Amino acid sequence: MSTIALHDEHNHDHADHGHHKETLISKYIFSMDHKMIAKQFLITGIIMAVIAMGLSILFRIQLAWPDKSFPFLETFLGKWAEGGRIKSDFYLALVTIHGTIMVFFVLTAGLSGTFSNLLIPLQIGARDMASPFLNMLSYWFFFMACVIMMSSFFIQTGPASGGWTVYPPLSVVAKAMPGSGLGMTLWLISMVLFVASSLMGGINYVSTILNMRTKGMDLWKMPLPIWAFFLTAILGILSFPVLVAGVVLMIFDRSFGTSFYLSDIVMGTDILPNEGGSPILWQHLFWFLGHPEVYIVIMPALGISSEVISVNSRKPIFGYHAMVYSLIGITVLSFIVWGHHMFVTGMNPLLGGVFMITTLIIAVPSAVKTFNYLATLWRGNIRFTPAMLFAIGLVSFFISGGLTGIFLGNASLDINLHDTYFVVAHFHLVMGSAAIFGMLAGVYHWFPKMFGKMMNAKLGYLHFWLTFIAAYLVFFPLHFLGLDGVPRRYYAFTEFEFMKKWLTVNVFVTWAAIMAALAQVAFLFNFFYSIFKGKVSPQNPWEANTLEWTAPVEHLHGNWPGEIPTVYRWPYDYSKPGHDADFIPQTVPFSQTMSSNLPHDFEGNAEAEKIQQEWELANPVAENKG
Amino acid sequence: MSLRKFITNKTTAALAVLLTVFANTSVFAQDAAAGAAAAPKVDMGEVYKSVIFYILIFLAVCLFIAIIGKSIRVYELSREAQGKPVGINWNRVHASLFALFLVLGLYGVYWEYTVHGAMLLPDAASEHGKKIDEMFNLTLIITTIVFVVTHILLFGFSYIYKYSAKRKAYYYPHNNTIEKIWTIVPALVLTVLVLMGFLTWRSIFFKVEDPNNKPLQIEVTSEQFKWSIRYPGADGVVGTKNYKLTTAANPLGIDFKDLNSRDDEMADEMVIPVGKPVKLILTSKDVIHSFYMPHFRVQLNTVPGMRTYFEFTPTKTTAEMQQETNDPNFKYLFFCAKICGSGHYNMQKVVRVVSEADYKAWIAEQKTYLNDDLRKQFNLPVAPAPVKAEADSAATDSAAVKTNQMALNK
Repeated sequence: MSTIALHDEHNHDHADHGHHKETLISKYIFSMDHKMIAKQFLITGIIMAVIAMGLSILFRIQLAWPDKSFPFLETFLGKWAEGGRIKSDFYLALVTIHGTIMVFFVLTAGLSGTFSNLLIPLQIGARDMASPFLNMLSYWFFFMACVIMMSSFFIQTGPASGGWTVYPPLSVVAKAMPGSGLGMTLWLISMVLFVASSLMGGINYVSTILNMRTKGMDLWKMPLPIWAFFLTAILGILSFPVLVAGVVLMIFDRSFGTSFYLSDIVMGTDILPNEGGSPILWQHLFWFLGHPEVYIVIMPALGISSEVISVNSRKPIFGYHAMVYSLIGITVLSFIVWGHHMFVTGMNPLLGGVFMITTLIIAVPSAVKTFNYLATLWRGNIRFTPAMLFAIGLVSFFISGGLTGIFLGNASLDINLHDTYFVVAHFHLVMGSAAIFGMLAGVYHWFPKMFGKMMNAKLGYLHFWLTFIAAYLVFFPLHFLGLDGVPRRYYAFTEFEFMKKWLTVNVFVTWAAIMAALAQVAFLFNFFYSIFKGKVSPQNPWEANTLEWTAPVEHLHGNWPGEIPTVYRWPYDYSKPGHDADFIPQTVPFSQTMSSNLPHDFEGNAEAEKIQQEWELANPVAENKG
Repeated sequence: MSLRKFITNKTTAALAVLLTVFANTSVFAQDAAAGAAAAPKVDMGEVYKSVIFYILIFLAVCLFIAIIGKSIRVYELSREAQGKPVGINWNRVHASLFALFLVLGLYGVYWEYTVHGAMLLPDAASEHGKKIDEMFNLTLIITTIVFVVTHILLFGFSYIYKYSAKRKAYYYPHNNTIEKIWTIVPALVLTVLVLMGFLTWRSIFFKVEDPNNKPLQIEVTSEQFKWSIRYPGADGVVGTKNYKLTTAANPLGIDFKDLNSRDDEMADEMVIPVGKPVKLILTSKDVIHSFYMPHFRVQLNTVPGMRTYFEFTPTKTTAEMQQETNDPNFKYLFFCAKICGSGHYNMQKVVRVVSEADYKAWIAEQKTYLNDDLRKQFNLPVAPAPVKAEADSAATDSAAVKTNQMALNK
């Protein structure tokens, strides 16, 4: 339990009953070990993902069969589905909570929280996070946020239902909709806790990466996931506080009668006293976080897939530096593009033009990343592990969803596409599906590291193909609804003549969504079954180079028995010509791989180059290898 | 030899299991069909509604998958026992599946483009809408090319470079020239798109007003869950509002002290003359809504406490559009596109684009917002309103407007 013990390297033994006196509570609940916290984040994230997916199936049922009654809905939802039909207010609550959970709890905390916690210490060679206590708090704040968010389903007026962006005045004026009552208050409290959690996590990730890298691990030797987590954490630290500021102002508006976001409002004939505020202010504050947020979601997924693709192509990631610079580019640019969510919100059109330029610039680093993935696959020797399948799926989604971003980023095209199903299709592919696939790739890839067991590969294959196909079947047709001018967040398409032709598409999409949801059973079964009954994993199951695979399979507080390994090379020496194996771990010094060293490896170290030249003269055969 | 026999037996056993499963399901299906034929009164509707039915189907599917999984396992173990290296080469399976996915996927995309692509909005019915459509088509062509090429590369590479124990991957960590090319080329393409988009955007929102062709002002006010339309009346100017004046009789809070307000007219639908610029003044009473008129490529949010403006020129009348779309019931609509509460999904109004003459005839029949009750409320003389001579009845009222209108047009 004591973190001081971490410095006492030699006292670590494999059993739990050492001098630590670990109890059930300190090991599994209030754990300060980054690996356990990662597992807590992951399992909470998975539970929240299942809930959010269930919510999506509920509203998909409503969209597909708007005039049919489903008695089981009344059984589960009671007064929100009287007569077996979901009510309009509750439909909006479903959409809102689905979005909130997916974006914040699954793809931010579930993804960053899990893999930053697991991989940062293990891949940079640290015994734990810079502040294990803060790390523990980070998880428990997240957990409380989840509980409070879910509790809003059990109150009279129901959960927040103004959309996950909770635009005022809809979300502020309690009379505007039932969800803007207590449900919205709970949403705001939950969000404050969540942001606190992210900040504690983020500060921890940044300080760990900057200060606790092992000997030899300079920044340019860090694996790409670490770069991604590092930049994601910076992004979070700089943008989440803005959301808190916005949320606090909203709490004031809701509970203490201020008018930050309200002015000139009449509900029916009831004139509200608020004057002088602007609803647009909230949109600026929200999207100042909200846009970086989508990169907070996608960047860790991109980092994970970079690693997975490189390992399983048995090839170095193409353009490592370009990959890092494009991540940095995305990080910087993501702060100045938020206005593209507001082209038609009444913001000054002059700003619209400016934000369009910055938005389309951000497509350049994204394009570079895509091409680099493709170049990594080129002439690789691809092993289709489940993780690799999901990583390839991510690249496909990233392309498909990214390209539609070029339409939406263009202010003039956005006029007709804003708030239609085109937007829904776009972000579900590029940040929904792609980020989820990145997360699943990470789970399949690092499950052996987390639990010391292997997952069943065949169930993984089944899971991938069903999910991959179903996701495209769900989201591809939705683009066309948007192009026909069907707005999002519509409870039913029955009131408009021109929307009726899309009803069959809606039925199809719902069945595809149900198929995608059922496919996740293959994953859930595989995940929980393998924790207990999976095959015991070898130490380096994927033959990867990074440091985490040099740590023993059995978890121990402090990660490595004895000294932390020293790093000598970059993490992507796969299939290096002249070396007998097709991978060289980062811990192997160049002196042991004389036959495969390249002049570039020595980074201008004249002495090393001289030694290498001498060796090559002495062993001329080596030149002909590879 | 005996081992071999044993193995073949196992394989046959696995196949037999599969066969039985198939046979059983079809037998059951036949039974069910026979049962249905024998007793036609059995109502399956309730069964299809029960959750248990679907859970059972799902469990059956799970069982089926488990059986397939086990038979694959048996097959693989038998190969192993036989001393043959691998049962199923999963790398080859996935590589082929990716190739298949590529082919089927591209066909699916083609199908979507042609079938669903044919169900979309008709060509823009406004001047700026044409520019937007051109911009859209250009973007669509570029993105489709990139989409197809990158996916052919992605799945093609996955197919070609599948794992082989005989091969070693090509160590190729970077190539600065290639990387520069694929940074600069997308940047150039995007620059073109940005420039075109920027110019289109400017042409939509920064219009220079032509004094000979002043736009028709129409104010649209949104509230949960309806729209109110206000025409400017004879003076061509929509008068001011003040939300504090809102009452049941004056739901928009129009300030009738402003002379411009007194002749403002209400309308149930938006009727606009073809070929004449229209300047929409968008406001909201309660929450944010979005004024969305997709056929004209017009959308702008209505925000409480602030006026937003959108100017456009309709180019096709409703009748022309009915011909073009081959749909005699075709109607232009505007509706809400920003989540605004439980009635968000049904907040629409009809737009009619008509000839100038039809428009004049129609506008002459519209009533003013100002009525006797409001006159009293604003301490205005009931009988001789400043704009209208007599206001005894609605009919004469609108007739007065008509004459006024004519006068103004001369």
